Amino acid sequence: MAIVIFSSELQKLTGEEQTRVDAEVFKDIVTEISNQYSALEHDELMKMAVAIDGEIIHTPFLEKVAATSEVHFLYRISGG
Amino acid sequence: MAKSHVTTSINGQPQEFLCEPGDTLLDVLRNDLNLTGTKEGCGSGDCGACSVTLNGRLVCSCLVLGVEVEGAEVGTIEGVSTGDGLHVIQEKFLEHAALQCGICTPGLIVSAKALLEENPNPTEEEARYYLAGNLCRCTGYDKIIKAVMDSAETLRGVA
Amino acid sequence: MSEAQEFKYIGQRTIRPDGFDKVTGRATYGADLTLPGMIWGKTLRSPHAHAKILSIDTSKAEAHPDVMSVATFKDFVSLQSESVAGTEDAAGVLDVARNCLADDKVLYHGHAIAAIAARTESAAKDALALIDVKYELLPAVMDVEDAMKEDSSVLHDDMFTAGYDEKPSKASNIATRVEMKMGDVEAGFAEADVIVEREFRTPTAHQGYIEPHACTVTYDENGQSMVWCCTQGHFDVRTLTAKVLGMELGKLKVIASEIGGGFGGKTVIYQEPVALVLSKKSGRPVKMVMDRDEVFIATGPTSAAKLKAKVGVKKDGTITAMQGWMAYEAGAFKGSPMVPGVMTMFTPYDCPNVLVEGFDVVVNKSKVAAYRAPGAPQAEYAAEMVVNELAELLGMDPIDLRLKNAAKEGTQTIYGPKLKRVGLVECLEAAKNSPHYLSPLPEGQGRGLASGFWFNIGGQSSVSVNMNPDGTGTIVEGSPDIGGSRASMQMMAAEVLQIEPKNLKPIIADTENLPYSQGTGGSRTTFATGMAVIEASEKVVAQVKERAAAVWNVTAEQVEYADGVARNTAGEDSMTLAEVCKNAEKTGGQISGNANINARGAGPSFAVHICDVAVDKETGKVDVTRYTAIQDAGKAIHPGYVEGQLQGGAVQGIGWALNEEYVFNADGVMENPGFLDYRIPLASDLPMIETITVEVPNAFHPYGVRGVGETGIIPPLGAVGYAVGNAIDRKVEELPCSPPRVLALIQNG
Repeated sequence: MAIVIFSSELQKLTGEEQTRVDAEVFKDIVTEISNQYSALEHDELMKMAVAIDGEIIHTPFLEKVAATSEVHFLYRISGG
Repeated sequence: MAKSHVTTSINGQPQEFLCEPGDTLLDVLRNDLNLTGTKEGCGSGDCGACSVTLNGRLVCSCLVLGVEVEGAEVGTIEGVSTGDGLHVIQEKFLEHAALQCGICTPGLIVSAKALLEENPNPTEEEARYYLAGNLCRCTGYDKIIKAVMDSAETLRGVA
Repeated sequence: MSEAQEFKYIGQRTIRPDGFDKVTGRATYGADLTLPGMIWGKTLRSPHAHAKILSIDTSKAEAHPDVMSVATFKDFVSLQSESVAGTEDAAGVLDVARNCLADDKVLYHGHAIAAIAARTESAAKDALALIDVKYELLPAVMDVEDAMKEDSSVLHDDMFTAGYDEKPSKASNIATRVEMKMGDVEAGFAEADVIVEREFRTPTAHQGYIEPHACTVTYDENGQSMVWCCTQGHFDVRTLTAKVLGMELGKLKVIASEIGGGFGGKTVIYQEPVALVLSKKSGRPVKMVMDRDEVFIATGPTSAAKLKAKVGVKKDGTITAMQGWMAYEAGAFKGSPMVPGVMTMFTPYDCPNVLVEGFDVVVNKSKVAAYRAPGAPQAEYAAEMVVNELAELLGMDPIDLRLKNAAKEGTQTIYGPKLKRVGLVECLEAAKNSPHYLSPLPEGQGRGLASGFWFNIGGQSSVSVNMNPDGTGTIVEGSPDIGGSRASMQMMAAEVLQIEPKNLKPIIADTENLPYSQGTGGSRTTFATGMAVIEASEKVVAQVKERAAAVWNVTAEQVEYADGVARNTAGEDSMTLAEVCKNAEKTGGQISGNANINARGAGPSFAVHICDVAVDKETGKVDVTRYTAIQDAGKAIHPGYVEGQLQGGAVQGIGWALNEEYVFNADGVMENPGFLDYRIPLASDLPMIETITVEVPNAFHPYGVRGVGETGIIPPLGAVGYAVGNAIDRKVEELPCSPPRVLALIQNG
């Protein structure tokens, strides 16, 4: 089960620092946690970037997540 | 307003054109003669992107009126390389990676050529002050100065 | 990738493929295209910083014989349609449209109101005076303090601050509040032996590219519309322009001209949809080129910011807590780079207790645009100044203090993940051993040092590598080349194909010749587009093996490819790449490889800069006497252009720290919109910029590349700021350290 760690901002909505999710693909993780925490909005989470085991991915939709993976949602970064 | 007829020489070739009294040499070069190698960065003589020579003297073509070049010799970036290929300064700019976006490059090369014709053996400080009228936002000038100093050496035949 | 790769071409200082055109004046930039029948567009801009538009009367202008068409916000007809309205995306497009041409309000001095196309540029400019605009003036809100006041004049009465638990009941100039934290800063500060807390300010500063925004466009009702413009991302110009005008993407071609500098400022649109409206209404191609003062008052800049930094440290140098606060000006519409400011502020430090709060605030200045590592220089400046002061108070070398607390692999970041392998420690060590740092500071001068962190990004890149029958090839990419990236594309493809780089010609395709590619920004091009080039080139090699195998009646696995030659491992045969390409018509058609990727795994780049300054105590003028920039490139594909990025970033940062700032009068009118008064660094202002390129490979790139474009602008603010303070024995808080400000510090203490 992958571990999803919530930022201080998301913790305001989840009330928890982290959760474990039984899903192998990123989009299913989003579905799982938005079901688990009613304050989390599925579409908003889908707009965020993600870091899976430290690798920042901006459009992770179909990204595979290992059972031991650590997942963080983060703001999308652009640049100059 | 009636246009003026001007007869001049550009890069050694005779050239005639008609221009409005208020048209700058830069306007004429770029818009009427399609010599777009000379760039406009400010239109107020602050950036040097439009540097050309007028009777051998380095000027900002945005500060010269088209009608002022009657009977004059104008030199632009298009005249720097000869039939044999690139000028040494152009080659050195490429070797030293002395350009990034390249918008300031034509003006800088025209200015550097004028510098080395006036002073074949400039110190780094002299080169920096001579080229202070040519703004470059990409490079921090380091590689430009190196390219100019290296050009000077090559042109003096010491390299 | 392994750490000790051997390269044939990568790491060489090749001559850039577009170089010849650029040193001869042949390269064509944004303002260099002329079309048959073309006319010129010019823009009427607001003389006021904040006003309601009561009416716009264009009838006199329209009646003028030289005027061919006039455009106002009303011409953006599709914005009113229901299909666009109502989504967050649509709100963003509405802001973009309202920035291109004001709707019912002008929000800054220079805000575009209307545009005229006429037979000549001067006729268009003259005719602007014939447009009659009636205004009702409103109070100008010119800084974050004013904007954040309860009773401030409000720019947008439908804007409510996001980021509070309860939705505010009153409209505000604060668009967003963000808070990020980890650990317990209170407990961390309680453990500290020394705490420094200071407040800082950075000015409104412009990207300062030498080439003004320019475009030449043709509107075609049969679906052949075209925009030629200087941009960092022509696919994004297409997206935004099409949205503003309600066009289908397939009916608008955008061609990226050569671009004369961008630094983030050419990632947005200003004139493109306006020029298309003028072209549609006149039936003529239209060229629009901004004057320099328009570039200053209506494009760019980056956010002015107010910041606070508080850092606690134990006597042994262990940092126990770091706290930051920042308010960034967004300009007229929300969307400052405050969030990356919050994320980057303390990232060079491995500290368990961090809290940062940020505010995105609208003010009556032009809407900010990205500028090289957007948001990071301001925030990290505040952090680095405080860390330097702590080192001084502890009597510790500032590099040693940083080494003791340096972020490294496994360091928890405030924005979520732990860092992968990064090169900050290596940069700090290189700084410590640099000729500059080892040399004594000349008498009377000041020295400063600062580190910097930027993420870098990946994203979408499309590439096609097409081989010719003689074995030469074309690399077709979608990333505009601002600083020499075509040279690195050429070298990476050459490395895979094992042929001379000069046999491969990189070109920037227009939006019709490749799938979508993200713009050049975020230090992504050599990293992400480079990955696509490598993948496309590998596909070419795979085809070469297959074709050779078919000729030799062996399997592709039995063919080896090295040094540009395919060899039959089951026999004696060999064929050069050129021979395989020549044969291609007989073996299955021409050879090409393409890759449309969404690159991830961008590697953060850390930097450390050292700066020495001399200050004239009579005038307050600061001279940089020596400067060294050290940065982790991962792998430098073309070392010369990597050094150029380090030097260019450093000098932009030096300009920001020493001179550059917008000056507004009491009515919010910019008083220095030209290069004479907005003074960017000149050749005569600077010493050589020494560089040290550190190479700690990025594990996610085949050759180890990290982006290098942006990080270099971050450390100069702290390095220069601290050096100035060090030279005059004062605490610098406000940038730039311009002569009057430095003189006041010297005189007032």
